[in-house]
Amino acid sequence: MEISGADTAFVLICAALVLFMTPGLAFFYGGMVRQRNVLAMLMQNFFTISIVTTLWVLVGFSLAFGPDNGGFIGGLDFMGLKGIGQGITENWANMWAEGNVTMTVPELAFMVFQLMFAIITPALMTGAFAERLKFKAYALIAVLWSILVYAPVAHWVWSPNGWLFKLGALDFAGGTVVHINAGIGALVIALMVGKRKGWPESPEMRPHNLPLTLLGTGILWFGWFGFNAGSALGANGLAVQAFVNTHIAAAVGALGWVVIEWIKDKHPTTLGAASGAVAGLVAITPAAGFVPEWASMVIGLLAGIVCFLFVSVKFKAGYDDSLDVVAVHLVGGILGALLTGVFAVKGVNALGSGLIDGNAAQLGKQALAVGATLLYSGVVTAIIAIVVKAVVGLRVDEETEDVGMDLAEHSERAYVLD
Amino acid sequence: MKQVVAVIKPHKLDDVKDALKEAGIQGMTVVDAKGFGRQRGQTEVYRGAEYEIEFIPKIRIELVVAESQLDAAVEAIRSAAQTGKIGDGKIFVIPVERALRIRTGEEGEDAL
Repeated sequence: MEISGADTAFVLICAALVLFMTPGLAFFYGGMVRQRNVLAMLMQNFFTISIVTTLWVLVGFSLAFGPDNGGFIGGLDFMGLKGIGQGITENWANMWAEGNVTMTVPELAFMVFQLMFAIITPALMTGAFAERLKFKAYALIAVLWSILVYAPVAHWVWSPNGWLFKLGALDFAGGTVVHINAGIGALVIALMVGKRKGWPESPEMRPHNLPLTLLGTGILWFGWFGFNAGSALGANGLAVQAFVNTHIAAAVGALGWVVIEWIKDKHPTTLGAASGAVAGLVAITPAAGFVPEWASMVIGLLAGIVCFLFVSVKFKAGYDDSLDVVAVHLVGGILGALLTGVFAVKGVNALGSGLIDGNAAQLGKQALAVGATLLYSGVVTAIIAIVVKAVVGLRVDEETEDVGMDLAEHSERAYVLD
Repeated sequence: MKQVVAVIKPHKLDDVKDALKEAGIQGMTVVDAKGFGRQRGQTEVYRGAEYEIEFIPKIRIELVVAESQLDAAVEAIRSAAQTGKIGDGKIFVIPVERALRIRTGEEGEDAL
């Protein structure tokens, strides 16, 4: 099979961009926690790179993209990246041809690009149970979750043999696999670990360093071009379309969030601008390669408004989702997945056609993909959390929570000014 | 000798320092402080959630002056720190029993 130099260069650059999102996410989250827990937040994110890379090479990639078992999970044929090389073998090409996908990049390039998605997904969850989940518990959750939740769901949606891929559910860059998957997992763990001491009444819970959060948002936005445009897997027009849609949705998402908070709370805030941009990016992720530019504006705007409004739900429902992973990733992800089924048009991508293109049935497929991911990830994450709780415990002790996890768990301080 | 302790708004520190120097005061100690009085705290909003921040940033100035300089020092602080809005702060005057310059061992007003 023919390898395209341009496509390969593009996918490698995009892989690096997606990797960069994880430290960006660490800053985004790190700025929002209290000063005494910022390193713990950064460490959970950063260390995910090591955990998931190791697992992905050993077994994760094979489970996600190996030869199919009933549309549910890949086989173990590619364990240790066996047979995944610098070229494109006939077997590999044939597997993708079944899904009408023509691969033009080396297998290893595809593998490493996909690895970066596998890294950031569990890292996204850390914001929900921030400031109280033991590092040991997080590390164990990341291991089990990558294998038992991420790999199968990635297989369903992105492997040419996956049941949702075959069904025709549209997810360009990971609305279900990444955002809904992580969002529901995050909610389950946050519920099981319980609320932080003093939440929600203590004014201590406010962000300690919003400039860090803004910096992280910038890195996320930048890296998201690799995430979405790179998902075209080639340096082509579709990649350009996804790039443009991604940028529009981020910008309009920030606009939507800031305008509604300005009306409702009387002030335009930096945290609102950052949150809105990320909400727009989340919502456009499944749609980036399927919808026209004007639809990206609508998706971004709705994401900014709906995600903002959803933040208050945690106070009414009483669950402590520290950094609003549910409101931004779960709700933004569901919104994006469903709107993909509304706004996808064949004129943008021959593979996808939604409600406005005369294909109302697509919306049903999108809803099924959302529901299946919610159910599977929700249940399996709960089982994982029960197991981890029994083995090492989930929550830090009260003294650690008071002193801060930076000192108690990592023996470091973030800001040594004396 | 009297100690003058003043709690002021942080952005008024430079004005107060200049006014004290003009009044002939030679030295002072400044501490970053947090507190509240009748002003109460302030409200901050993060993602739509309101937080009542009771302790707000203040500057605490401490100086020790001779009786002869006391009125000038107090007036310098008061006029320079005043904005007329709630939260301008307070000035306290406290008697000082002894003062001693560590380098020379001088005592009393000579040590100031």
